[in-house]
Amino acid sequence: MKTNDLILQTTTKIAVFIILLFSLHIFFAGHYYPGGGFVGGLLTSGALVLLLLAFDIKTVANSLPFNFRIMIAIGLLFAIGTGAGALFFNVPFLTHAFDYFNLPLLGKTSLHTAVLFDIGVYLCVVGATMTIIQTIGGSE
Amino acid sequence: MNVVIEWIIAIFVLLGTFLSLVSAFGVLRLPDVYTRNHAASKSTTLGVLCTLLGTLIFFYTSDGVIQSRVLLGILFIFITSPVAGHLISRAAYETGVDLSNYSVRDDIARDKKK
Repeated sequence: MKTNDLILQTTTKIAVFIILLFSLHIFFAGHYYPGGGFVGGLLTSGALVLLLLAFDIKTVANSLPFNFRIMIAIGLLFAIGTGAGALFFNVPFLTHAFDYFNLPLLGKTSLHTAVLFDIGVYLCVVGATMTIIQTIGGSE
Repeated sequence: MNVVIEWIIAIFVLLGTFLSLVSAFGVLRLPDVYTRNHAASKSTTLGVLCTLLGTLIFFYTSDGVIQSRVLLGILFIFITSPVAGHLISRAAYETGVDLSNYSVRDDIARDKKK
């Protein structure tokens, strides 16, 4: 009798989508509710780790062709970019701004440049966690 | 919040804690890994579901909002907890943990001989 991981893999396919959606919710709700870039990034990398547990490392690398080390660099670039963007308007470094916009579907929404900084945190956390886990898991 | 809904919430929460307590007793008292796992994964799932359902009804009646996180938690535990139980049991069987003396059937061993 050959063993297989059918139950684990099928459940993972459903659960990963729920975890990813919940991490995005945590990420975007971070300004008004508990959450933010760090927890959202950790939840996303938790979903990716679940994929790594259920499937092997090559399948995940094929279906998600990200270089997580470059992701850390992009995250740092986002963080520095939003900080340095304030310098163009003659205000101190890391000064943020927000305004209300009437988006199509969403209605009146306040958009804040702190979200861009949070995207930087998010990408750094996902990149760092996945780099650590793939480096440890990949050495044979 | 009227009395009937308060009673419903109390019954759900108490039922959930009771089922969790029952599963804790099951983990303590049952003889081997598989029966303990059966007790832990099954009745704890239902216990947590009942408690979360009580929470959901409480927040709906007191604040008028359906807490989507609680709803998601119910769904997620309902999906993942039995799978976790299955994986623990299978890992135990694959590493050769024996069944208790009371067991009379072992279908996996019979199928593996074929």
